[in-house]
Amino acid sequence: MANPPHLHLAVALEGAGWHPAAWRASDARPRDLFSPDYWVDLVQESEWGLLDFVTLEDSLAPQSTRRGVIERRTDRVRGRLDALLIAARVAPTTSAIGIVPVVTTTHTEPFHVSKAVATLDYVSSGRAGLQARVSASELEARQFGRRRISNPLPNGARDSLDAGLVNDLFDEAADFVDVVRRLWDSWEDDAEIRDIATGRFIDRTKVHYIDFVGRYFSVKGPSITPRPPQGQPLVSVLAHIPVAFRLAARSADLVYITPENTEAAGSIVAEIRAHEAAEGRRDPPLRIFADIVVFLDEDTATAHDRKQRFDDLDGEPLRSDALIFVGTPADLAELMVAWQAAGIDGFRLRPGAIPHDLEMITHEVVGALQDRSAFRHHYEDATLRARLGLARPASRYALA
Amino acid sequence: MTDRPRQIHLAAHFPGVNNTTVWSDPRAGSHIEFSSFAKLARTAERAKFDFFFLAEGLRLREQRGRIHDLDVVGRPDTFAVLAALAAVTDHIGLSGTINSTFNEPFEVARQFASLDHLSGGRAAWNVVTSWDAFTGENFRRGGFLAREDRYDRAKEFLQTARELWDTWDDGAVVADQGAGRFILDADQGAFVHKGQQFDIAGHFGVPRSPQGHPVIFQAGDSDTGREFAAADADCIFTRHGSIAAGQRFFQDVKGRLARYGRSPDDLKILPAATFVLGGSEKDAVERSAVVRRQQVSGQTAILFLEQVWNRDLSGYDPDGPLPAVEPDLGESSIVQGRVAVFEDRMKTAAKWRALSEAQGLSIRELMIEVTNPASFVGTPLQVATQIEQAVTAEAADGFILIPHVTPGGLDEFADSVVPILQEWGRFRTEYDGPTLRDHLGLSVARRTSFSPTGVNAGAS
Repeated sequence: MANPPHLHLAVALEGAGWHPAAWRASDARPRDLFSPDYWVDLVQESEWGLLDFVTLEDSLAPQSTRRGVIERRTDRVRGRLDALLIAARVAPTTSAIGIVPVVTTTHTEPFHVSKAVATLDYVSSGRAGLQARVSASELEARQFGRRRISNPLPNGARDSLDAGLVNDLFDEAADFVDVVRRLWDSWEDDAEIRDIATGRFIDRTKVHYIDFVGRYFSVKGPSITPRPPQGQPLVSVLAHIPVAFRLAARSADLVYITPENTEAAGSIVAEIRAHEAAEGRRDPPLRIFADIVVFLDEDTATAHDRKQRFDDLDGEPLRSDALIFVGTPADLAELMVAWQAAGIDGFRLRPGAIPHDLEMITHEVVGALQDRSAFRHHYEDATLRARLGLARPASRYALA
Repeated sequence: MTDRPRQIHLAAHFPGVNNTTVWSDPRAGSHIEFSSFAKLARTAERAKFDFFFLAEGLRLREQRGRIHDLDVVGRPDTFAVLAALAAVTDHIGLSGTINSTFNEPFEVARQFASLDHLSGGRAAWNVVTSWDAFTGENFRRGGFLAREDRYDRAKEFLQTARELWDTWDDGAVVADQGAGRFILDADQGAFVHKGQQFDIAGHFGVPRSPQGHPVIFQAGDSDTGREFAAADADCIFTRHGSIAAGQRFFQDVKGRLARYGRSPDDLKILPAATFVLGGSEKDAVERSAVVRRQQVSGQTAILFLEQVWNRDLSGYDPDGPLPAVEPDLGESSIVQGRVAVFEDRMKTAAKWRALSEAQGLSIRELMIEVTNPASFVGTPLQVATQIEQAVTAEAADGFILIPHVTPGGLDEFADSVVPILQEWGRFRTEYDGPTLRDHLGLSVARRTSFSPTGVNAGAS
């Protein structure tokens, strides 16, 4: 019997790790969180582990464990740098790993985001993507002052958000991604001709207005940036709720989901495939990654102790939208292989504490997967799309 | 007073999307690939330049309703290129043009503060404004700003950004693991700004960056623009070519500084400049003539003429005489997406007609004569002398050099002119400090006192 295809493996980089007390670990570098070297080291470590890509978390509001609330505590990490800029800063210091910053779609300009991610694709030679993030936060809206978003019950309960508002924000995100993608296509690949005989730098018949008019905004185009190396850099979405599954099915190449166990993994995959069918998706099927927060040590008891110490320092147990795995790399590898059988294409691991859990991923988890013939031994594909089995699409504006 | 002679500041401008850039040169490389940006920035850093400079335009230029195709077209995103350049350079300042009309202060302040951290204190922002609905068609809000309001928005935009950069105390990131204290207090980053243009409040997420504030550039030449620069900029990017015009501008702008409690050295005046070098003066002049013919093709000459005539002149022969018809003085312009170069159409047309008749110049010859000749032409010694004299005569504090070939067009200057200026003691041989403020002799931006709960009226 043939082996199943290799698993895909990414890490989500966030501050000193995903535990709010992670910065207090003895090997943490809390003073370096705003320095370029810190991010270069983390991404180079991830590349050393042959990971498919890293994502770089971002938010326009301060870190908080409760949605819509500014914490008064001073014992947690506060502040972050713009993820897209970190991505561009680390790109020239790496050569193979994909780099996927989180980008908020609610308040930003699709024109700026499109050219920024296209440029990230140029500076990384085809390794760029983005994770589209919707903001339903009243706090974030007030920082821009351009629109009102009011959450009647800002107590963190997901179902407290106004359903109509959330639907609108996700519809807007779909338009946003559509515009970003159209702008990437607005220059055909061979638009730059440098034809000395006729004096023309471009063939302007190959540079297109996108003339997008939607409910939330309109954008004329074309982009000021020529088509990026991948044609379409990777678009990814984190999804927990049907409206987000639908956004992923309409707009994304890759979706991160948060199942609690193998059974839930299978049912969420089925739900996503149903959304793809309902949306009449023509692009290749979504690559489905499961998100897991990980605390990894050589034995399970040590891992539990370490996590418990963080919980004690923080004063409350870690809560997460994703499964919190506490255990050994081998047990995690077993879980991953089992979830793969349920239809998961890959995993995005959220290291509980950095560098410890990141290095456990790049050294031990990768090794355990390789032992099971479930992971690569070296990088083969030059672009992020190719690594995920996605062909380079032709521009939608190119005449056949 | 110090004995050190007045230091010259030099910067490298990545070649632009206009006819100064000769893309037809066999040595001309990509305007998009990162390797071109890295090459020019590293050359400039090798030559100990103060900074690298990127221009920006947010819609492709059009003429006669069609995308302009004769010059370089297309450019990458400013922030992403500068952040990536921070990875391949160590000292040189990284200056980007970012529009205050089609952005919001919270986001731009966050991006520049991030760039300043990620470059170890080398970020600079050239604040530009626009009002045109043409560019606005690419953005959510469209062309929402009246022309006369654009500086009001720009001023308040910059003021708001400065307030945001000041919302964190120096040393607010304590990161004391033992005591369990990460930040000094929970109010770090808190802000309220209520003004005519912006009514915003929240928490700014980036701790104070190495330079405090990035270095601020202003590029307009109007009276309002000069006043804006005198009040609030660190550098002014100008286009005054001759020594006399430069001196008038220099005196005017530096004379405005005292009103804002600033000294003449607090604002650097840096004109854009082009150059052609040669082994002898004759060689340089000949090379310059070749470059001018490359820059002004027959088609480009017709397009220049159309910008003054405001008519479709595509039927005219560039090697023939000027059109007999007079310029169209109507309101609508056939050119969109670029700064108007020629202000008074009738006057310009009359002047050109006289020149053309007196010297028997064809359309193309005339355009070569009247549009953007190279600022400095000569041997390395002659060019070094011209630069030194302009700075000594207080026509400028230095120059932002625009090579006409991408990306290698600065190599010759770096290798031949810079050593002469260094030998004269007029240009650094090593960087004095790590930040762009160090290179420019500017102090770290002061933190203004700020109340996170009160209304901040702004200091402008």
